[in-house]
Amino acid sequence: MSPELLSLLWDSFIETLVMVGLSGGIATLIGIPLGLLLAVTAPGHILARPAFNKILGLVVNAVRSTPFIILMVAIIPFTRLITGTSIGTAAAVVPLAIAAIPFVGRLVEGALREVDGGLIEAAQAMGATPMQIITKVLVPESLPGILNGLTIMLVSLIGFSAMAGAVGGGGLGDLGIRYGYQRFMPEVMGMVVLVLIVFVQLVQSCGDWLSRRLNHR
Amino acid sequence: MENLQTAPMIALNAIAKRYPGPSRDSAAVEALSNIDLTIAEGEIFGIIGKSGAGKSTLIRCINLLERPSAGQVIVAGRDLTALSDAELRAARREIGMIFQHFNLLANRTVFANVALPLELAGIPRAEIAARVDPLLELVGLAAQRDRYPSQLSGGQKQRVGIARALASRPKVLLCDEATSALDPETTRSILALLRDINQRLKLTIVVITHEMQVIKDLCDRVAVLDHGRIVESGRVFEVFTAPTQPMTKTLIADVIGHELPEGLLERLAQPHLQKGGQVVRLFFTGASADAPLMSALTRQFGLDVNILHGQIDEIQGEPFGSLLVLLEGDVANRQGALTWLDQQGIRTEVVNVA
Ligand SMILES: Nc1ncnc2c1ncn2[C@@H]1O[C@H](COP(=O)(O)OP(=O)(O)O)[C@@H](O)[C@H]1O
Ligand SMILES: [Mg+2]
Repeated sequence: MSPELLSLLWDSFIETLVMVGLSGGIATLIGIPLGLLLAVTAPGHILARPAFNKILGLVVNAVRSTPFIILMVAIIPFTRLITGTSIGTAAAVVPLAIAAIPFVGRLVEGALREVDGGLIEAAQAMGATPMQIITKVLVPESLPGILNGLTIMLVSLIGFSAMAGAVGGGGLGDLGIRYGYQRFMPEVMGMVVLVLIVFVQLVQSCGDWLSRRLNHR
Repeated sequence: MENLQTAPMIALNAIAKRYPGPSRDSAAVEALSNIDLTIAEGEIFGIIGKSGAGKSTLIRCINLLERPSAGQVIVAGRDLTALSDAELRAARREIGMIFQHFNLLANRTVFANVALPLELAGIPRAEIAARVDPLLELVGLAAQRDRYPSQLSGGQKQRVGIARALASRPKVLLCDEATSALDPETTRSILALLRDINQRLKLTIVVITHEMQVIKDLCDRVAVLDHGRIVESGRVFEVFTAPTQPMTKTLIADVIGHELPEGLLERLAQPHLQKGGQVVRLFFTGASADAPLMSALTRQFGLDVNILHGQIDEIQGEPFGSLLVLLEGDVANRQGALTWLDQQGIRTEVVNVA
């Protein structure tokens, strides 16, 4: 493989890294509070707001059930508003993040539901406020599960970023389509797939390791 | 009973708790009805009942984890049902609680678990360490300070639970089936620890359990709960030695095994019953335990006394025994003997043999 192709591969990898890193970061920052909100406002939970919970759940489901390709196109005006453009790596981050937020929300909600109700009760018996229950009990106890969820989200984002790349976002997916497919260079396609596999493995292993380290159950 | 003269530590006045029925048009569940209870300062009070009797609901009403549908909950002179959320949270710091399944945070060490109530109360780090370490010493877990709950035995976990409950220096400790997940030996050591704490800290302890043994080993007074009502209550010794309610008798039978297997009883007694005999159970308490009764029955009433089964036990240091005897003689003498025993302060119960 020529040095030019190798440097192209490197640049594409960095673009993927940026897309996944940025959208993953945004999705984490918004998705965790969203997941908390979904969990604690559920009927019977510490801040039960059944009607609000139902509406929030519907919105989350609506975004989650929209196919990514359609979502990407549908929010182009919003993307342009934020990034000033609708193509390129930066523009791909917006739909990626928006698709990932409700995904993280549900995964975090699931992790929080795993926390034994007895722990919440014990904290209430100690005179904990709902906020203290969230910060001292719910989040620390479900941190390993939340980390597992974030790992799943990152791995999915790597896949979705390849799709975003194909419509002008750059990155490994873009490279694979343009060189591997359109110019018929199977060795480029092979390299792209290999790099993606190693990347996913790495993310998964790091996530598993961290989650295991934090879990004392 | 003496210290009931002063204001009680806990007073439940006409507590009721209804849960909505399982479906929309099914009847509400009456989990507690008309519960009146006063518990004195420094007392160990037991509440016993079968599964589903309402024990957990009742103890959870004392710190308002469960809000009663009616009635007042007064702890340390304050009506908890009348407090605002913030006031209630402050009041709960004076009421420690331990649980059947310990409810420890898995991702906190022993030290950090015990520190949790102090963190919640906003106590500075330095002071937290100064308060937690002596507590770990008290419950015998100083060496386990930096372990995680998953590395502890059940008994050790409950000791962490106890230390955590004591951290905020409560006046009352609530124990919800605290030993039900533990083996008998560990149960004994936890009960000993609770007794020790009660003595040292003058802590008022409320214990709920389905095991009479726990009541017998630990409590001063007991209330028997059945279908959400208190059917019998009093000093443990009195309730054990003179139970009046069938539910109480059933629960006591689990501990004081004065039951002879039915088949055996029948086999032993049957041949004599035709010849004018009757099986009687005698209960001895305190001084009556050492009087020479059997020979008196023979001498004064001309009865043949045949001892079938007997045992002696101790409740809070007082001896208590029961004897299953077969009395043979004519009806008048047998009747006279029962009356005489009654005058001697010996409770008797005629046993029907099938
Ligand atoms: N949250 C609840 N909702 C509906 N019914 C309940 C609830 N908690 C308890 N009950 C009912 O109240 C009764 C007493 O329960 P509980 O206090 O747990 O009994 P115990 O602790 O003596 O086994 C039972 O019939 C139980 O089904
Ligand atoms: Mg119970």
